[in-house]
Amino acid sequence: MKETTVPANVEKNVPDTREDTRVLIPPVDIFETETGLVVVADLPGVNKEDIEVNVEKNILTLKAKPAQHLKDNLARQEYELLPFHRQFQLSEAVDQSGISAEMKYGVLTIHLPKVKEQQPRKIEVSVAQ
Amino acid sequence: MATFYWEPLAGLDAIRREMDRVMEQFEPARRGYARSAFLPSLSARSYPLINMNEDADNVYVEALAPGLNPDSIEVTVLRDQLRIAGEKAAINPDIKPEAYHRSERGAGRFTRVITLPTEVDGNKVAAEYKNGLLLLTLPKHAEAKPKQIAVKVG
Repeated sequence: MKETTVPANVEKNVPDTREDTRVLIPPVDIFETETGLVVVADLPGVNKEDIEVNVEKNILTLKAKPAQHLKDNLARQEYELLPFHRQFQLSEAVDQSGISAEMKYGVLTIHLPKVKEQQPRKIEVSVAQ
Repeated sequence: MATFYWEPLAGLDAIRREMDRVMEQFEPARRGYARSAFLPSLSARSYPLINMNEDADNVYVEALAPGLNPDSIEVTVLRDQLRIAGEKAAINPDIKPEAYHRSERGAGRFTRVITLPTEVDGNKVAAEYKNGLLLLTLPKHAEAKPKQIAVKVG
């Protein structure tokens, strides 16, 4: 009898969405416009340079490192700023070259344009004479 | 010879903080997603969350409040009461509700009153809104500052 090893059933194309360290999940708003998706995330205490946004295999990854001004020996502590980390599976093909993001008052806005073919196209109907 | 002091109370404090962290996941208003979100039904009186620190001269307050309209922020101080009010702006009122896939951030007006450890001098409060954090430096009132007393050795 032949002994075989059956590999665990691993789903392909789905990268690991977990992180080893303690992270915060930023609250987000996601809405659709005619030209694409807009993701708005609260990232308080994060400098523009410490944000990492990328789309790979239709997974949008959002990482950011906040800087807390008050640190040790707090008289009162209600929150702790940890690295932010969140991922989303995108349902539609996104035009990767067209992704843009802006940061204002601790809120990150990411514009994810749809690939051209997926944008609604208005078709002119000509009337045959 | 080095001397080590056993500080049982400091140890207890660390345990208390760790327990708070464990328990907060069962409390809806303090779940992870709500740490910076403004959900009027859950957190009208506890938004924004604050961290506070003090030294001999000042009290420092850092509030977690991303996405505020900077013109709407109102900070007022009366004796030892600090009041923070403002409005978390909605992104764009023209977006139809059916266009939303997720809506977790929330928006609306809030007011929070915080009791400071000492009375502060309201005329010299410095406030800065940076990267979604509101940073306040509140100088202690002259009468509230601890006085150093020189001990004479006879």
